Amino acid sequence: MANDNSTTNYQWVGKRTRRPDGVDKVTGRARYGDDMMVPGMLYAKILRSPHAHAKILSIDTSKASAMKGVKAVLTSAQIPDHPLSEPPYAPIINDMHDISRNVMARDKVFYDGHAVAAVAATSERIAREAIKLIDVEYEILPHVLDPREAAGPDAPVLHDDQFTYSADGLSEKPSNLFRSITGHRGDLEKGFADADVIIEREFTSEPVHQGYIEPLACIATASEDNCVELWTTTQGHFVIRALCAKLLNMDLAKIRVTASEIGGGFGGKNTVYGEPVAIRLSQMTGRPVRMVMTRTEVFRASGPTVGSRTIIKMGAKKDGTITAADAETWYQAGAFKGAPVGRAVETYFSSYTIKNARACVHDVCVNRPKVAAYRAPGAPMAAYAAEGVINELAVKLGMDPVDLRMKNAVREGDESLMGSKYGQIGLVDVLEKVKSHAHYAAPLGKNQGRGFALGYWMHGGGLSSVSAHLLDDGTVTVATGNPDIGGSRSSMRVMAAEELGIDIELIKPIVADTGSMGYSHLTAGSRTTFATGLAVINAVREIIEKLRTLAAKKWEIPVEDVSWEAGLAVPSTSHNGLQALSLKALAGMATKMGGAIAGHSEINAGGVGAAFSAQLVDVEIDPETGFVTPLRYTVVQDVGRAISPDYVEGQLQGGAVQGIGWALNEAYIYDDQARLQNTGFLDYRMPVASDVPMIDTVLVEVPNPNHPYGVRGVGEPCLVSAPAAVANAVENAIGKTMSSLPMSPPIVLKGIEQVQASQVGSD
Amino acid sequence: MAKHHITTNINGDEVDFSCYAGQTLLEVLRTELGMTGTKNGCGSGDCGACTVIVNGRPVNACLVLGVELEGADVETIEGMAEGTTLHPLQQKFLDHAALQCGICTPGILNMAKALLEKNPNPTETEVRYGLAGNLCRCTGYDKIVRAVMDAAAEMRADG
Amino acid sequence: MADLKYESPHTAEACVALLAAEGKMAKVFAGGTDLLVQMHEEMIEPTLLVDIKNIAETREINISSDGVRIGAAVTGAELGEHAELKALWPGVVEAVELIGSYQVQGRATIGGNLCNASPAADSVPALIAAAATVCIAGPNGIREVAVEDFTTGPGKTCLAPGEFVTSLAFPPQPERYGDAYLRFIPRTEMDIAVVGAGAGISLNVDGTCATARLALGAVSPTAKLIENAADILVGKRLDDDVLAALSKAANDTCAPIDDKRGTIEFRTKVAGVLACRAVKIAWQRAENK
Repeated sequence: MANDNSTTNYQWVGKRTRRPDGVDKVTGRARYGDDMMVPGMLYAKILRSPHAHAKILSIDTSKASAMKGVKAVLTSAQIPDHPLSEPPYAPIINDMHDISRNVMARDKVFYDGHAVAAVAATSERIAREAIKLIDVEYEILPHVLDPREAAGPDAPVLHDDQFTYSADGLSEKPSNLFRSITGHRGDLEKGFADADVIIEREFTSEPVHQGYIEPLACIATASEDNCVELWTTTQGHFVIRALCAKLLNMDLAKIRVTASEIGGGFGGKNTVYGEPVAIRLSQMTGRPVRMVMTRTEVFRASGPTVGSRTIIKMGAKKDGTITAADAETWYQAGAFKGAPVGRAVETYFSSYTIKNARACVHDVCVNRPKVAAYRAPGAPMAAYAAEGVINELAVKLGMDPVDLRMKNAVREGDESLMGSKYGQIGLVDVLEKVKSHAHYAAPLGKNQGRGFALGYWMHGGGLSSVSAHLLDDGTVTVATGNPDIGGSRSSMRVMAAEELGIDIELIKPIVADTGSMGYSHLTAGSRTTFATGLAVINAVREIIEKLRTLAAKKWEIPVEDVSWEAGLAVPSTSHNGLQALSLKALAGMATKMGGAIAGHSEINAGGVGAAFSAQLVDVEIDPETGFVTPLRYTVVQDVGRAISPDYVEGQLQGGAVQGIGWALNEAYIYDDQARLQNTGFLDYRMPVASDVPMIDTVLVEVPNPNHPYGVRGVGEPCLVSAPAAVANAVENAIGKTMSSLPMSPPIVLKGIEQVQASQVGSD
Repeated sequence: MAKHHITTNINGDEVDFSCYAGQTLLEVLRTELGMTGTKNGCGSGDCGACTVIVNGRPVNACLVLGVELEGADVETIEGMAEGTTLHPLQQKFLDHAALQCGICTPGILNMAKALLEKNPNPTETEVRYGLAGNLCRCTGYDKIVRAVMDAAAEMRADG
Repeated sequence: MADLKYESPHTAEACVALLAAEGKMAKVFAGGTDLLVQMHEEMIEPTLLVDIKNIAETREINISSDGVRIGAAVTGAELGEHAELKALWPGVVEAVELIGSYQVQGRATIGGNLCNASPAADSVPALIAAAATVCIAGPNGIREVAVEDFTTGPGKTCLAPGEFVTSLAFPPQPERYGDAYLRFIPRTEMDIAVVGAGAGISLNVDGTCATARLALGAVSPTAKLIENAADILVGKRLDDDVLAALSKAANDTCAPIDDKRGTIEFRTKVAGVLACRAVKIAWQRAENK
């Protein structure tokens, strides 16, 4: 069925409706990962390496095992190994060799906080004491954190079985550089030769954490018939099932995973940490095992995003045409390969029709935790560099920064650096809305600056399954396999109601466990409203087909003569005397006339769409201390169609504030032994309510032709341009380009002093 | 070591529990009493997810010991609604979409309630500084602040 | 930790006896906003917590012609709600009110913040500027110590075994006195001070400075008096030269470290900035008296 996105006369889509799970969350009734209790459960604790890089010479668990109340002690010996040669396990594309070692260190530890052993005991107190009794002998090795240094020939090598993988084959010697991805088009030399202005810069960004408030938590219950029930906080319980099964050599059907409510994820809960260990401990003890990370463990051991180093060069003509762009970036993958280098190349320069462009991004192992996704993984750092240079180009060319973007903006038919062709996109609309926004023209005061940046992200499609059931009384249940992070149950209900033509209150959306539903990929990649929504629509349309058939049977007319309008089966006008039948009426008849009515859909959604997020931010600086106050913030983003506008706005606002934190104060701070110094919210400084202003949002709707309601993913694009926009505002306030994140007060003050010094010098 | 036996008032009901000297109110609520509405985000007073009201003051439950609570009045999220009637703050949070994942919500609701009891007519700045001890990573605080201001207005109107 | 004991005495004598008997594994427990965090992070493992919150004198605020006495276990929130105290010692109150969030404020105490002896403690520079004294009860009786002599190093105080702080005393103020406390943190709230500056100023009838005490926090192992602040300020008005000299004196007083909260360079610069800003506010408050 072709998508008709011309209509905007919806009953539910686009309205501000109440979310179905909200009451449980405002009353404390909702159950998150650590809110479950299973009778007889044991408490697990993990012993973690205090060294950033070391060989494990020996582990003596005897004293821990002997402690009263300890029921099992585990090391990597109890976790199956997976050879490097085993192909990555699709559809998750994870290397089980690496996952096995990240979950529990084998011969070496690769970061401060790396799991080395685990204990299950009758109380948390005993478990905490027991791990202190495990003796580990380490041989400390030199460490490396900087990715450029780590990719070089003299760096300490983390894995002696990892070689650099390139088109020419494998490198001769082991290397921390796993691979580099390059996107390339045109002729760079010519492009730079054509330029009137060329800018070359280097940028650095420190690693940051997703900052979810709920630590990782799970309870695993293994039974004697090789089955496991797992309760966990995750963005994808099907992925968790797959990783646990593959890692522990178990059958998929024998592991049943229930996703708890999730207290934030942002990509960080897309993979396993404690689950396989909890399962093994449960198998070893015959009792349920609860494993919860402390806040310190979350920072030391869960996957943050990459830190980056970038060398970038861009050239433009006087009229603003960007003629060439070339970026080389090193990403810190952490202890194991897998930095989001492909995504970075896809998003580099992707908002612009630059004829001659190249982006080369390196996936480099360093001695810190294995990175996980964080809201548009790989893109914000690339945007920080690219947008930083483009903003400087605007200044050098004497051109309005939005006009410069407009001059080079991609339109339908243009391509990204990796060759993805854009369909109908809303970039030009977004830029026009920025220019005409009151914020853009508002005057600035003393010590104030304004920043602008643009970000691009392609949202995912992928596997989603949905099962919808029409009940006797005309109410409907819609079950999906996607944990609800940001209000997706609300959007599912809205789309189902729109299709069926009934009140949203008659529809109950739920998140089903892995035993009750077909495979559904992560709630991530801004894919859920799009892909799972598509599956909901398909499943509900199947119900509608069955209702039409039922009505046709009841009326004894051909089914072609029955249409579905506004919640009613309507006979065509050629059948006089027949009254339309409501969904409720038909529902009541169904079980007596053939059987219960249900619809289901298992899809692999294509139609990946592109979304652009422009951000405008004003800041004020204290010139004597370098303190930065964000004053005003506007996000203008193409959202395709806002199914639930409240929650779309919420995504944009949340992404903007994460960007403020990333730009100003968030960073992992290490000592000279590469031990993490800021393992809590005191010194990992995320924005608090008094740090930020209201975040205004403008939802531009250029419908995505690949979705019945025109949905584009919204959750990620809003972070892509945020750090760059804030950084640009600070630059503007100071009057100097800056090149590293975070721009904490000492950095800002230094910049201010450099400007003052140069002004004095020029007097 | 023997446990202490404490009798306290939680959400208007007399409740008694046993705890070790070193157990925090947060542990007592969640583990001893099964009241999981109060959340553990950090355990060190930096995130506010465990905010409850003790003797009329908002505090982090992770920084109060169970043994201190003899005869105290404790208000948790489970007692915020009256039966099935939501408190105006809870209602406004739903109306304004002031929550996404919801993990910070119980703590923020308690803090906001305490704030409005002390200052029924706060400015936006006062609300922001008042909630500075409650981290939220999902919403960017915008809709939370609007919901609190709106609830304050409604509560003033109702007298 | 299962061996931890808890006691809640009702008199200072009983408290002293408990502390003396248990020795160094006993910890005084007031607000717990440092103590419980340190226990949670397993930095300390006490065997006895002695809760002083039921000892009346630690919870009282007394204002008389002899000055002010604040009990060690009075919380930041309570200080902030005491209108008379706020009017008299706004700098001291605002310093304690800056500690943590409102939730922490409801528990954190003026005595606890002092005794935890973090180099960055917010109360201490304001207490030093106020020329406060610390009242200590112990096995040998009561003694008083000037605040600037109380903390002896990061996390260290001059308390002997069995001793604990019962109250802080503030001298009667001269005419036209104002005090202020400022700190620098990278966010607007929730951070440990990167630099703290406390100022206590009194003015002559002609508007020049009569007395001046300035102290800096977070820039040395313990909060420090700027020794020559009085020399720079007394008899003068607050002009640019005086402020420049003050800023330099602040720079010179600093002996900061590089750590995850700030660099030596940054702390030194900002110490000068905050010292001047704090003096200006204290001066304004003195003028308004």
